Amino acid sequence: MKIIVAIKQVPERDARIRIDSGNKWIDLEDVEFSMNESDAYALEEALQLKEAHGGEVIVVSAGPERAGKTIREALAKGADRAIHLQSSDETELAAYDALGVARLLAASIQDEKADLVLTGLQSDDLGLGQTGVILAELLGLPHASLILKIEVAGNGLKVLRELEDGWFQHIELATPAVLTIQSGNTKLRYATLMGIKKAKTKEVRVIAVADLVASDPSLKPTAPSVVLDQVKLPHKQRSTQLLGGSPAEAAAALVEKLQFEVRVI
Amino acid sequence: MSSVLVFLEIKNREISRISWEAMAAGHQLAASLGVPVDLAVVANRDNPLLQTIHGKVPRTVYAIDDPLLHDYTADGYTTACAQLIEHAKPTYVVFPHTYQVRDFAPRLATRFQQTLISDVTGIEAGPAFTRQLLQGKLNASYHHSGSEVCFLSIQAGAFRADAAEAGSTAVEPFLPKLDATQIRTKPGEPFRASAQTVDLTSAPILVSVGRGIKEEANLPLVQELATALSAELAASRPICDAGWLPMERQVGSSGQTVAPKLYLAIGISGAIQHLVGMKGSQCVVAINKDENAPIFEVADYGIVGDLFEVVPALTTAVRKVKS
Repeated sequence: MKIIVAIKQVPERDARIRIDSGNKWIDLEDVEFSMNESDAYALEEALQLKEAHGGEVIVVSAGPERAGKTIREALAKGADRAIHLQSSDETELAAYDALGVARLLAASIQDEKADLVLTGLQSDDLGLGQTGVILAELLGLPHASLILKIEVAGNGLKVLRELEDGWFQHIELATPAVLTIQSGNTKLRYATLMGIKKAKTKEVRVIAVADLVASDPSLKPTAPSVVLDQVKLPHKQRSTQLLGGSPAEAAAALVEKLQFEVRVI
Repeated sequence: MSSVLVFLEIKNREISRISWEAMAAGHQLAASLGVPVDLAVVANRDNPLLQTIHGKVPRTVYAIDDPLLHDYTADGYTTACAQLIEHAKPTYVVFPHTYQVRDFAPRLATRFQQTLISDVTGIEAGPAFTRQLLQGKLNASYHHSGSEVCFLSIQAGAFRADAAEAGSTAVEPFLPKLDATQIRTKPGEPFRASAQTVDLTSAPILVSVGRGIKEEANLPLVQELATALSAELAASRPICDAGWLPMERQVGSSGQTVAPKLYLAIGISGAIQHLVGMKGSQCVVAINKDENAPIFEVADYGIVGDLFEVVPALTTAVRKVKS
């Protein structure tokens, strides 16, 4: 089975949040990056499928040069090769909305004719939660989202989909198909030393975004339909009373509130 | 003529609460634009649930009906909704941000060469749409450019459902042209993983634990506090994914939605998926080492500090006043 996994490099979860001077994103100085969490689970599912049924795992990632580090990490974990859809800087891809980026990704993978395309459920940074589903429509493939488990069944797949409130369902679909993977159903592997060594020799095909757009003008970001105007720190929905002092003092103050104001003790 | 078209979702044999909230968002948007609101539900025209539609009165209720829509599939819903949109020609299409909508609405928007503005928490003049970035640590304001139809999904709890108004609405059946070969997935019956033995929704006090607890071996720390408070123990998703607590104790969009008298969030940063499951709590207390954690946006009381110091101190203090 030939499997493509779309992965995204995102700021670390505990990255410090300072709004940049353009008011459109955070200041990336001193920010550490990592593989988006649900994408890491998508990669793990792909590697497990390959181990069970054979085939090839190809990762694709759109991002500036720094994303190369996350691509190497995926190769070190066992992906066979990679496509890096490289933006020239931190802002080039910001001119595209989710559909625009998905079009670029689709253009960079369609010649691969993969049996399965996996993405994470949503990114930890923009949180749009759409790339996989849009890719399915652009590639003309069926899809299923919020997937926890993939089994090969006959000529197709049987997948476990998460519903709300603790419910689940199975879905059967033929390949080729696109699945978006939910985090948490399996244990993520670590790269081995051997894997890290091997990754250095694996193929990473770099496609510059500008070159891809030059080859197909319909990919141009002339009119994204959805435009980000500005970012702000959130308003507080409730006014939080912070209780300070030593742990014992803060605890005593809280117990007093719970006793006399919230009245739950 | 332009309009706002709101899709309502039927779940557990009723029109879901988040659908009413999406409807309120749709009415707010329509009022600012001076255009009418139409509603759409996948249901037979005689479905009695259509009579439960309340709140501000819409112009038309479309009952989208076809045997191929009885079980949800992304292909079936995408095609049927696309046909209704071509028929009704709305300027805005508004969805509740449910798992089902997340599954097909991006596909539907793509069919119109558009991008869904997902998980909207506010609508301001413009119209400008607010949604959260970086797990709730940042708000972003978006606008839609061009004159084509714009797709939105509305986050749970972001809008208050409108009070009922008198008036009658015409139900108009909409029969899409569907063919079984267009539906490429075969959905199975929904099921629950295991019998529920804990009912978090009836507990007056919940002590809820998140990633900050670091290791399974540290759980007794919060269990002791829960016992001291006579509270049920709950958790955010990563704790249940790791198998440290059973899934039935999970609060959030994929777990339970709770509204206890007291919700004590320990080491929980407060990603949207968690907040939608607990922000209706009467009192929220957050203990977290990161003062910028989004959980503090919904907390009434907060302690910024190391939970490994604060929680034992709190357990001791609770025991002291209770004895």
